[in-house]
This record gives sequence, structure tokens and C-alpha cells, in this order.
Amino acid sequence: MKSQERAPIYEALQEFRKMRVVPFDVPGHKRGRGNPELAMLLGDRCVNMDVNSMKPLDNLCHPVSVIREAEELAAEAFGAAHAFLMVGGTTSAVQSMILTVAKRGEKIILPRNVHRSVMGAMVLCGAVPVYVNPDSDVELGIPLGMSVASVKKAIQDNPDAKAILVNNPTYYGICSDLRAIVQLAHQNGMYCIADEAHGTHFYFGDGLPVSAMEAGADMAAVSMHKSGGSLTQSSMLLIGPNIQEGYVRQIINLTQTTSASYLLLSSLDISRRNLALRGKETFAEVIRLAEYARREINLIGGYYAYSKEICNGDSVYDFDVTKLSVNTLNIGLAGIEVYDLLRDEYGIQIEFGDLGNILAYISIGDRPMDIERLVSALSEVRRRFGKTKTNLFTQEYIEPDVCVSPQEAFYAEKESLPIDATEGRICSEFVMCYPPGIPILAPGERITKKILEYIAYAKAKGCSMTGTEDAAIERLNVLKGE
Amino acid sequence: MQLWFSEMQTPNVKFSIRVDRQLYSGKSEFQRIDVFESPEFGRFLTLDGYMMLTEKDEFIYHEMITHVPMAVHPNVKRVLVIGAGDGGVIRELVRYPEIEQIDLVEIDELVVEVCKKYLPKTACRLDDERVSIYYEDGLRFIRSCEDKYDLIIVDSTDPFGPGEGLFTKEFYGNCYKALHEDGIMINQHESPFYEEDAAACQKAHKQIVQSFPISRIYQAHIPTYPSGHWLFGFASKKYHPLKDLQEARWNLRALHCKYYTTTLHKGAFYLPSYVEELLKDVE
Repeated sequence: MKSQERAPIYEALQEFRKMRVVPFDVPGHKRGRGNPELAMLLGDRCVNMDVNSMKPLDNLCHPVSVIREAEELAAEAFGAAHAFLMVGGTTSAVQSMILTVAKRGEKIILPRNVHRSVMGAMVLCGAVPVYVNPDSDVELGIPLGMSVASVKKAIQDNPDAKAILVNNPTYYGICSDLRAIVQLAHQNGMYCIADEAHGTHFYFGDGLPVSAMEAGADMAAVSMHKSGGSLTQSSMLLIGPNIQEGYVRQIINLTQTTSASYLLLSSLDISRRNLALRGKETFAEVIRLAEYARREINLIGGYYAYSKEICNGDSVYDFDVTKLSVNTLNIGLAGIEVYDLLRDEYGIQIEFGDLGNILAYISIGDRPMDIERLVSALSEVRRRFGKTKTNLFTQEYIEPDVCVSPQEAFYAEKESLPIDATEGRICSEFVMCYPPGIPILAPGERITKKILEYIAYAKAKGCSMTGTEDAAIERLNVLKGE
Repeated sequence: MQLWFSEMQTPNVKFSIRVDRQLYSGKSEFQRIDVFESPEFGRFLTLDGYMMLTEKDEFIYHEMITHVPMAVHPNVKRVLVIGAGDGGVIRELVRYPEIEQIDLVEIDELVVEVCKKYLPKTACRLDDERVSIYYEDGLRFIRSCEDKYDLIIVDSTDPFGPGEGLFTKEFYGNCYKALHEDGIMINQHESPFYEEDAAACQKAHKQIVQSFPISRIYQAHIPTYPSGHWLFGFASKKYHPLKDLQEARWNLRALHCKYYTTTLHKGAFYLPSYVEELLKDVE
């Protein structure tokens, strides 16, 4: 009998501790004795649990007992045909998802505002991206979801595509019409896969957008460590009934460690149990806190903490009300500036700031008094640093011109040029503005004047730019000899 | 039988008071509340096990947090008191007839109820008609106040627990905004003596210096608080605590105090060398 009150990996670890087995295996710290400073830092319980795969504890590469049971319980909790526990972050879950549905030269339809892990997966497997222009909200300066019509058009133009990837939700909490997109995909013989890095709570809370599994999607990468409460780097990959479990396991084992951490695995196990047993009440409280913060922030004036009112039935089909996204443009400050002020002046670390918005992550662990601090600090930022609204350049969608596949471009002969001399050339590396980690350029795309202007501006505004070989982004790698 | 209340003032220092009996113990949404009766200190109130006040020495704290600004500001009409559910600050404030309005913001209604019942010596004037009590988070209350008060008294608990938000820069900035252009903010400023308290004290001072043009510290000796050496902050937009002290005017009021005098007022701003250095480091 399966009961969500059980936590098989956690229970096995408890049992294992009682057995007092003498370790002549890895890890070499041997329950922390070999590294007292580490044991002091992490605590005895923690280093005691850092053990190797073995018969009583199962093996993540080929689970047959307690890990298998934990995966089955997770599948049941999430309404999936199977759930894979992942220890390489949601990045590895996303990559396994892409590698499962597409091979070299095959197409995947996806919105441009995908996470870098998706692009990375395409470099690895040689799939070719077909970008759908996500709608954007000009006032807020944020990318939205994909409209159903634009997905339809991409399907018509690329009937040979293998899969459609959907962000459910985006970093900002915006959802596309996932049910309709799943239906379109299946009607056209394609898989629908979902990046649910920011959507774990959809499976458990009331009044939240539909989850990928419920919408009938074929695969979903779920960041348990974000809203689910597990340890950083632990994640989950869910599949529906149309996907071969054994094949996905093979794909995962291509890149995932053979020494999976039991700290991460047990944190997934315990978090799944918490979510299944108490998720509903927990997320009701998270929603209450987020709604309260939104109301108070909107009372300050100038800031706009948006919510379901931005829904338009299509590219903003639904909004995740646990996300506290706040537009800052009307106080005359860029989101990244507010982000920095909150940290440097008020000792408050938020999730990200982009050109026009900030996002504060509200979760299971928040206390009302901390919400008061955040709201009060925002009020002070406005009073002390606010300016009249000027022409703040907002983050607009720049349509990528994909000339060669990401894999081809990444491995091609290339040369390094000063960034100003790269206009018109094909880029062979990533340029990201981080956070939120959406690519400005990906390997294989043509560099345009508009893109160069955007990079210069984002740099000047203090966004952290990453992905390039030259850390300062004064030079870019481009394909040789065009 | 020996019954003792003990507070760990640091992990290595324990302060104990012999107790006759416990008068009250309860738990609110925010904290545990206890009232004891003791032979040496009379009744005393603790929150989450930390000493808040005793009947024997509360006069020192309450007189010093109230009369110092009242002897400086020439015309206090509207006062905001944050924390102070025990009513001690209110008892001192209502002695001034020119004060027209006192808003008391206390997060924990149960503290007020318990104090009214068991600590009538401090909570005796909470029913004064000028006093309005708001049971909410101080940080939230003050956010919407602008150019509203002559004096703000921050009678907070420690910088951990429910009082945490009252030791932040966003709070001090909001107090600045809530004050008139000649307003004064007084705050409970922790102790400079033990390491952890000193760090909190220094941090608070740094944040106040960044929020107000005038920021000075004064001291008092409070036997039941850690180390017995306690500080208060005097932050002001216009008046200087010594140059603008209206000594004769205050003395003409003939308010009898047990601790405060205008002479002590002047002396209280002269600090030990190590405290001066601690503060100077962040100015």
C-alpha cells in the first residue's frame, strides 16, 4: 500500500544509522570523522547521512527499492505516470527532457524566454530551436506567454517539429494556455513538455494555474527546491503515459552523477511528503502573504505589484499569485537599481531585478514581519531615491535570427572580435542577462545593432551579463570567415 | 523551597531573581508572556523569557525615555509610542498637559491586557482620554504616516523576535517621514557592554545616523537589564539634546521624578570612552 505519509528514503536512512555499519566505502570523510571542520559546520546528523549508494539505500541510477518507492510516491502525489528524483538541479531535468524528445537536427518549438538550460540542451543534442515570439507587455516591459495562435502558426510552418516547450509559469508568474497547447501538440503528433521550474506549488495549492501533468503534458521539469522546500540542486522530472520510462532513465544516466547525494534525495522525499500532506494549507498561507504584500505595495504609490488583472485569456492565460512581481518604472528607477538598494541599504535580498521589475520570492518560510520589512523598505526606496519617470529603456523582445543550429555554432571555427565590430556576424556563444537568465544571443544567431545597443544598456544598468568567454563582454566570439 | 527566575544575558552570564510566585503565564500569537512576584524587585514582566520591566527599577527606563525629549522640544502636541504595551511611557507622557494626542502602537494585545491586570503601577494611565491604542505591527503603522508627530518614542523589545523590524533602516526612515520638521525620535538603544548587544547597538546607531541629521546617544543605569548599563537614542531633525535643552522651563513644571533631573540630562550624554569609540566607528 502506498501512503503519502511514508518517506521511504528518509526511513531507510534512519534504519541505516541504527545499523552502525562500518564504512569501508566512499565518501572518504567516513561520517564526518575525517573532516571535523566540515562536521562542525554542517552538524553530525548531516554528515552522517552523506553516504554512498548501497543495497539498503538503493541506487539512483537503477532504483529498485527505496528510491523506486519514493519515485512512485512522488508520481502519485504529482499525478504523473512516473517521477524521477534528480540531483543535478532542474537544469539537468530540463536537459533530460529535451534529450528525450529530440535528436540531432530535429526541431523544438519554444518561446524565446526559455531558461539557459534549454539552450544548453540543444547544444548537447543538436536539436534546432524554432522560436515563438512571446507576447510582451509594453507597460511592464516583461515577456509574456505564447499565444495559442502563434503556436499554431509555428506548427503549420514546422509540421516536422518533435515537441513544444512551454514555461509554466515564466519567472514572472505568467502562464500560457497550457491545455490548449497540449491539445495542439498532440493533434499534430508532437510532444508537449513543460519547464515548471517555478511551478511546483501548482500541483498542491488551490486557486493556482493548471499543472503540466493535469493539463496532459508529456514531461515536466519541476524545481522542488524552489517552492517545494527541498535542498538546493534537488529537482524532479515528471512524465506522462506516452513517454517510455526506461528510455528517460537511460537519458538521465548519460549525464547525471553515479554518486547521488542522499541529503538531496532525502530532502526530495521529505518535501514530497510535506507537500502531499500539508501543501494545500501551506500554499493558501503563501498566497495570503503575497496578496497582502501586493496590496500594501500598491498603496505606497508608484510601484505596481501586478496580479490576475493582467490576464488576457491568451498570452497571459493565468497568473501565479504566489509570485510577487513589482514594476518599478513609475518611481523612476530600474528594477535592478531597486534590487541593489534593497540589498545594500536595507539588508534585503530579493530574487531578481531586471530593467523594469523586481521579483520577491514568497514561500513556505516567510514570516509576516519580514513582509512588513520588505514593504517598508520599498516605501523608503521611493521616498529617498525615487525620481520622476524618465525614458527608462525597457526590456523588449528582440526577434532572434537563427542562422545555424546552436550545436553547429558552438563547435564551429570561431574568432574573437571587439563587441562593436560584431554587427552582422553570427554569434557562437551565449549572452545572457542574469537574472532572469533569458538569452539575448544564443549560438548560431546573427548579431544586430539593436542587440548591441541592448547589451550596452543592460551593462550600464548594472545587470550581470554572463555566458561569454570574455567575462567583461568586451569581445564576442563569432563564426569565422563569413 | 527556592524558586528562581533566570535569564541568560549572554551564553555565559546568568542573571537570577528569586521568585515568590508566578502570577501569570500565557502565550500570544507573538510571544510567551510571564509575570512574577519577587521579594527584591516586586512584580516583573518577561517576554519569551527576557526581562522587560520590574516594579523596582522601571522608573529609570520610563523617565529617561520620556523626559529627555520633553525637556528639549518646546511644543509637543502629538506623540507616537511604539511598543510599550506595559504603559510605563504613557504614564510619564500624560503628566504633560500640552500633549493633545498619544497614539500607542503595540503588536500584542495580550501584553496590554496582562499588564493592565497584573502591573497596575505602569499600566495605570492607559485609559487617559488622549491615548488611542492600535494593535498592529509598528512598521506597518508608520508606513502611511507623513508629517504627523512631534515626538516618536520607540520602546521596543530586543532586535530579535517580534521587535526585529523596529531596529531596521526602513523603520527609522519611516519615522523620519512621520515626524514634523522639528520632530524628535527616541529609541531604546540596547547595551554597549556584552558583545552581541554592542553589535546591535552599533548597527542601530549606524542606521539612525544615516536617517537623521542629529543623532546622539545617552545612558542610564538599569539594574535588571544585561550589564545594567543601558543606552537610548536621541534622533532629531532640528533640536539638539543639549544646546536646546530648556532647563528652566522644564523645572518650572515642578514634575517630581525619581531619576530624571535636568542636570542628569546633561550628564547622560557624556559617555564612556569605549562607547564613544563604538559609536564613532559608524558615524
